[in-house]
Amino acid sequence: MHTRREHLAAIVTILPSIILLGIFVYGFIANSIYMSTTDWGQTAAMSLDPQIESVGLDNYRDLFTGFLNVRFRQDLVNMFFFTLLFVGLSLLVGLVLATIIDQLFWGETFFRTVFLYPMSLSMVVTGTIWRWILQPRGGINVLPTLIGLPPGKFLWLSSRDQRLVFDWSHLLHYACWVLLVVLAISAYSQWRQGKKGRLAWHLVICGVLAGLIASRVLTRLRLLPYPEMHGFNDALWGVVIAAVWQMSGYTMALYLAGLRTIPSELREAARVDGGSELQIYRYVDLPLLKPITASAIVILGHIALKIFDLIFAISSPDHYPTSMPAVTMFLKAFRGNELAVGSAIGVILFFIVSLLIVPYLIVSFRREE
Amino acid sequence: MKRFCLLTAAFCVVLVATLAVAAAAAPQGKLEIFSWWAGDEGPALEALIALYEAKYPEVTVINATVTGGAGVHAKAVLKTRMLGGDPPDSFQVHAGQELIGTWVVAQRMEDLTWLFQEEGWFEVFPEDLLALISTDEGIWSVPVNIHRSNVMYYIPENLKKWGVEPPKTWDEFLAIAPSLQEQGVIPLSLGENWTAIHLWESVALSYLGPDKYDDLWEGKLSWTSPEVVGVWELFGRILEYTNPDAPSLSWQQATDMVVAGQAAFNIMGDWASGYMSVTLGVKPEEGYGWAPSPGTEGVFMALSDSFGLPVGCPNRENTIAWLKTIGSKEGQDTFNPLKGSISPRIDSDLSKYDVYLQSAARDYQSNRIVGSLAHGTVANERFMNDFATVMDIFLANKDPQAAAYAAQAVAIQSGLVK
Repeated sequence: MHTRREHLAAIVTILPSIILLGIFVYGFIANSIYMSTTDWGQTAAMSLDPQIESVGLDNYRDLFTGFLNVRFRQDLVNMFFFTLLFVGLSLLVGLVLATIIDQLFWGETFFRTVFLYPMSLSMVVTGTIWRWILQPRGGINVLPTLIGLPPGKFLWLSSRDQRLVFDWSHLLHYACWVLLVVLAISAYSQWRQGKKGRLAWHLVICGVLAGLIASRVLTRLRLLPYPEMHGFNDALWGVVIAAVWQMSGYTMALYLAGLRTIPSELREAARVDGGSELQIYRYVDLPLLKPITASAIVILGHIALKIFDLIFAISSPDHYPTSMPAVTMFLKAFRGNELAVGSAIGVILFFIVSLLIVPYLIVSFRREE
Repeated sequence: MKRFCLLTAAFCVVLVATLAVAAAAAPQGKLEIFSWWAGDEGPALEALIALYEAKYPEVTVINATVTGGAGVHAKAVLKTRMLGGDPPDSFQVHAGQELIGTWVVAQRMEDLTWLFQEEGWFEVFPEDLLALISTDEGIWSVPVNIHRSNVMYYIPENLKKWGVEPPKTWDEFLAIAPSLQEQGVIPLSLGENWTAIHLWESVALSYLGPDKYDDLWEGKLSWTSPEVVGVWELFGRILEYTNPDAPSLSWQQATDMVVAGQAAFNIMGDWASGYMSVTLGVKPEEGYGWAPSPGTEGVFMALSDSFGLPVGCPNRENTIAWLKTIGSKEGQDTFNPLKGSISPRIDSDLSKYDVYLQSAARDYQSNRIVGSLAHGTVANERFMNDFATVMDIFLANKDPQAAAYAAQAVAIQSGLVK
C-alpha cells in the first residue's frame, strides 16, 4: 500500500514527462490533424503568416482518388507487400538461425554476434551497401560468372515488372479475398482447438465473403472512375532482402532467448512420452514461442510501415516501384511545399500503425489483469 | 570536502575568464552563408569567402553547409529554419522559379533592383538571364555562376571506332542508334529519375524550339497540345536506346559508362566536364568531346546558383556586402574556375578558365538563353516535385497521352497555368 505522500511524490515525478509528452507528442499529433484539414498557404506555404483556409477532408479525398496521387496509392500497396514479406521472412530466418545456434556444440557466441551485427548498422548504411550490391551491372549479378555461368539478368531495384496486378477501383473486392484467407486460417485454428461455436461464426462469415467474391457485386463499387493497375513490384525483393538481412539477427536473438527459457522438464516429459526431436520442436517449443512472435510482429511491423531511411538510401527518391508513404510524405512537405498534404499522409500513416499497435496493447493489458 | 569546493571554485573562475576573453576577442559582425557546397565544390566557396574576408576583416563568416543529395537535404533544413523564424543571412538557391515560387511568393525576400542599379549589373548580365530571375515586382537574387544543361558528351576516339559522328538532330541519333546497338554499345546512357527529366528538357527544347519552350513556362502553351505530346512521343523513342538499369545509376555512373566505352553519348550539364577532367582525369578535347545536345545548337539552356537577401536576416549590412562581392567580376572569376562553371557576367576574364569552360562562355555570350526545368529556373518546386511523378509514370508505361494529361494537371495545380 502506498502512503499519500508516496503517491503525491510519484505524481510529481511523472508530471514533467506527461506534460512534455502531452505537448510534443499528442499536441503535435493534433496539430498535424488540424494542418491536414487546411490548404496551408496555398501556393505560398513558406510565408511567415500563411493564408490558411479549411478544406475539410479534401486532402484525404484527393490522396485516395486524385489522378495525380497514383504514387501515393502505389506506396500503400508497396508498404502492404513489404510489411508482409519483411515480417514473415525475418521471423522465419530468425527462427531457423535460432534453432541451429541452439544446437551448436561450439561457436555459439561467435555466430550469435555475426548474425546480430547488421542490426547495429544504421538503415542508411544498409541501404547504401545493398544499393551497390544490387546494381544490375555489378554486384550480385556478377556472382554466377565466378563459376562460369552467364551473369544474372534480373534488374533488382531497377525492375519495373509487376505481379499480382489488380485494379485499384476494385480494391474492396480484393480486400474481401484477403479477409477470406485470414478468416479461413482462423477457422482452421478454431477447428483444431475444438471451439465449435466460434467455428460456426467463422464459417458463416467465410460463406458470406465467398458469396460476395463469386458474385463480383463489389466490383460495381468503383473507387476510381478509371482503371488504375497496381501490383507487387519485383523491385521490392531487393529492399526486402536488405531489410531482412538487417533485422533477422534481432528475431534470432529473441527466439534464442525464448528457446533457452523453455523449461527442460517439459522437453523431458515429452521425450518420456515417446516424442521424437522433431515432434518436440513442433508441439512443445513452437507454441511456447508464440508471445515472442507476437511482440516481434509488432516491432517489425511498425518499422516496416513507417520505413523511410532504407528506401531513401537504397533507391532514388522518385523511383515508384520502391516508394513508400513516408518517403512521399517527406517529398510532398519539404520538396514540393505542400505541407497540408504531407500532414495528411502523416495522419494516414499514424492510423495505419495504430491499427497494428493498439490491438496488441489491448490484448497485453487484458492479459495482465 | 574543502578541497572539492576549492577545486570547483577554481574551475568556475577559469571558465568565466575564458568566456570573457572569447567574448572580448569576438569581431563585431557575423555572416552566415547557407549552402550545399561541400565536398568537391567546397574549395570554390572557400575561395569566395576568403575574398570577402580580405575586404571586410571585421566580419566572421560562418560557412554553414548541409551536404548531399544535390541540395534536397539543405533545402529541407532551410525550410525548417525559415519557418522557425531563424533565417540565415544568405542562402544558396537556384535563381529563377525555385526561388520565386517558394520564397518570393511567401514574401520572404527583399527586392534587389536597387543593388543591381548601384552595381551596374544591368549592363553585364544578359537580358535573357535577367528576364528569368525577375518578376514584375523586382529582381530577387544575385547569380554567382551559370551552368549549361543541354550538353552532349562523347569520347571522340570511341566514336571513330564505331563509325559514327555526333548527331546534330534527334532524327540523326535515331538513325545511328541501331548500328551502335548491334556493336554492343548503349547509344545513350541515362541515370536516375532527375537525369531523365534533364534529358527530357533537352528533347523538349529541340522539338519545340526556344520560343515555344518559353511559352510552355509562361503558361501560353498547353501541355496537352499536339506539340508537347510530340515531345513525349520522341522522348519515348529515344528511351528505347538507353540502358535498362538506369534507375540504379547516379549521373556520375552514367558518365562513367561513356568514358568506359559502354555507352556512346550522355546528355548532362557541364558539371560532367568538371567530373571528367578533375575526377576521372580525362582531358577536354583530347580525351572527351562535347556538343550542344541534338537539335539545340545556338541555344544555351542555363541554370544558375545565386544568393538573395532574406527578409529579417540578422546581419543585413554584411549580407549586402556579400552580395556585392559575389556579383563582382573579381568574385565570380575567383569562384567559377574552381567550381567548374562560368560567370554570368559578359565581361568575365576568360583566360582563367579551362578549354571547355571557355567554349561554354563563348556560347553563353552569343546564344539565345532559356531556362532549365530540372534545375529550378523555369518551374516552381511544387511543379518539379509532381513532375518527377509524371516522369516516373511515363518511364513505366511509355504512354505520351497519359503523360501529357498528367503534366497539364500538375501545371494547373502548381499555378503554372492559370
